[in-house]
Amino acid sequence: MKRYSVFAIAREAMRYHQGWEKAWRAPVPKAAYDAIIVGAGGHGLATAYYLGKNYGITNVAVIEKGWLGGGNTGRNTTIIRSNYLQDCSAAIYDKALSLYENLSQDLNYNVMFSPRGLLMLAQTHHEVRGYKRTVHANALQGISKTEWIGPEQVKELVPIMNIDGPRYPVLGALYQPRGGTARHDAVAWGLARACSDMGMDIIQQTEVTGVRSEQGQVVGVETSRGFIGCKKLGIVVAGHSGQLAEMAGFRLPVESLALQALVSEPIKPCIDVVVMANTVHGYMSQSDKGELVIGGGTDGFNNFTQRGSFHHIEETLRALVETFPIISRVKMLRQWGGIVDMTGDRSPIISKTPLGNCFINCGWGTGGFKAIPGSGWAMAELMAKGEPGPLAAEFNMWRFREGQFIDESVAAGVAH
Amino acid sequence: MLLLECPYCGVKAEETELSPGGEAHLKRFGPGSTAEEFEAYMFARKNPKGVHFERWRHAYGCGKWFLAARCTATLEVFGTYPAQTTEPPADIIDKIKAKRPDWKGWK
Ligand SMILES: Cc1cc2nc3c(=O)[nH]c(=O)nc-3n(C[C@H](O)[C@H](O)[C@H](O)COP(=O)(O)OP(=O)(O)OC[C@H]3O[C@@H](n4cnc5c(N)ncnc54)[C@H](O)[C@@H]3O)c2cc1C
Ligand SMILES: [Zn+2]
Repeated sequence: MKRYSVFAIAREAMRYHQGWEKAWRAPVPKAAYDAIIVGAGGHGLATAYYLGKNYGITNVAVIEKGWLGGGNTGRNTTIIRSNYLQDCSAAIYDKALSLYENLSQDLNYNVMFSPRGLLMLAQTHHEVRGYKRTVHANALQGISKTEWIGPEQVKELVPIMNIDGPRYPVLGALYQPRGGTARHDAVAWGLARACSDMGMDIIQQTEVTGVRSEQGQVVGVETSRGFIGCKKLGIVVAGHSGQLAEMAGFRLPVESLALQALVSEPIKPCIDVVVMANTVHGYMSQSDKGELVIGGGTDGFNNFTQRGSFHHIEETLRALVETFPIISRVKMLRQWGGIVDMTGDRSPIISKTPLGNCFINCGWGTGGFKAIPGSGWAMAELMAKGEPGPLAAEFNMWRFREGQFIDESVAAGVAH
Repeated sequence: MLLLECPYCGVKAEETELSPGGEAHLKRFGPGSTAEEFEAYMFARKNPKGVHFERWRHAYGCGKWFLAARCTATLEVFGTYPAQTTEPPADIIDKIKAKRPDWKGWK
């Protein structure tokens, strides 16, 4: 693979840009692999990447029913932060954030990681107490630089914000200057390019339709292009986790719901941090193109249509317009939905399964983009060693039976 | 936009008038049950990409809980029925079978 660099740009400029290689190969599937990952979203690709990079396992296929990054990874609002309340969440999200900080260099692919700072607004007294508690928890966990700031400081950081209410007054915010955004497609593309370069096969337009096992051990998958054998299987399919689990013979504490996002017409730069307002389920940042990127809460009923109900967008915008009065006449350009996998305690699952050598990574729900490199790191360790390492251990799927929930939704009210 | 007919008051209610309540016909377990049974009742979900039986409440209408059969892949509604039952009514089952010949049943 030819490296991307300023010299490469100069070289290609001299020859009409005809020397750029395809970023990844489009291989014909082999009969069998050491490991198969189902799902070429960020989490599946990161799992493959760290299997190769950290464990030297490169006889790997990533099988994707659509196009890589076409699931939630390519549909999300790209918020990245690591100021979670529970120890095991803070650990894996902070691992992810620190990997994001060097991901462009690591992949030789610009993922446009932009640590522009992230504010989680406190708009009720309950949130004030909750976020102060998170600040203290993060200090104990060693999550660097998460702080509580007052309303004046919020106003200084986001001059376009109306902090006075009356309906949604801003009482302060949880601030993480290291948080921010990255370019979602680039994360998927950069990982795919690096995996392909290590000799892995990314097999797109191929749906997994069954999981074959012998004596309680997985031996391969049925696909729309025939059977492909494997010694280890990683299921990383977000909204379709229930379907894959059924093929593998178990049931998950997961339900699939639609989550929507929308972007406005491009306007001049007006907000250079990410703002989340969890009480009203609205969050907003501005893309490099100038669009306001806006997300809200999930729809309430099981749904696989990648659309969503209009009233949710309406509610999100109604609340955001009160907080950011200048957006009241901005036109919205596009709206879309993704199918998010919500677990019973709103925390992810990185786990062995009842089927031998079959592993699952799911349940990232509304907030897994920020976790991609950390999750891939932990999932690769689980698949390579057959046992979870410290990052993954508490995210096992049996915690629901034991009542050992990782209760972030109560902590934050929302899990983005 | 989802429209469901409330089987009690007969109103064709638009979804903002309703609150969703998740999977229907769960087998409930209480004190004395095993951890596995309790987990299955509390957390394990079918979450089908297809026919789903689910609970809804006519929140801004008569306030009562009812049940609906709906396809999660197309949002087609097969029918609604009162909640005072342990299984879906035969006419709704027949309707689903006619439309989805390879449907595996509700259990
Ligand atoms: C609107 C929206 C906004 C969001 N905002 C944020 C945010 O601001 N910050 C944040 O951190 N997170 C956010 N998220 C959540 C985040 O997008 C997801 O948690 C994350 O992208 C999940 O990645 P994944 O790789 O697990 O899943 P996906 O990217 O969905 O990848 C799963 C892949 O599996 C494939 N697949 C499914 N079934 C099969 C099969 N049978 N055979 C083969 N392939 C299959 C799918 O086609 C898909 O490509 C948001 C999500 C949405 C929908
Ligand atoms: Zn009614």
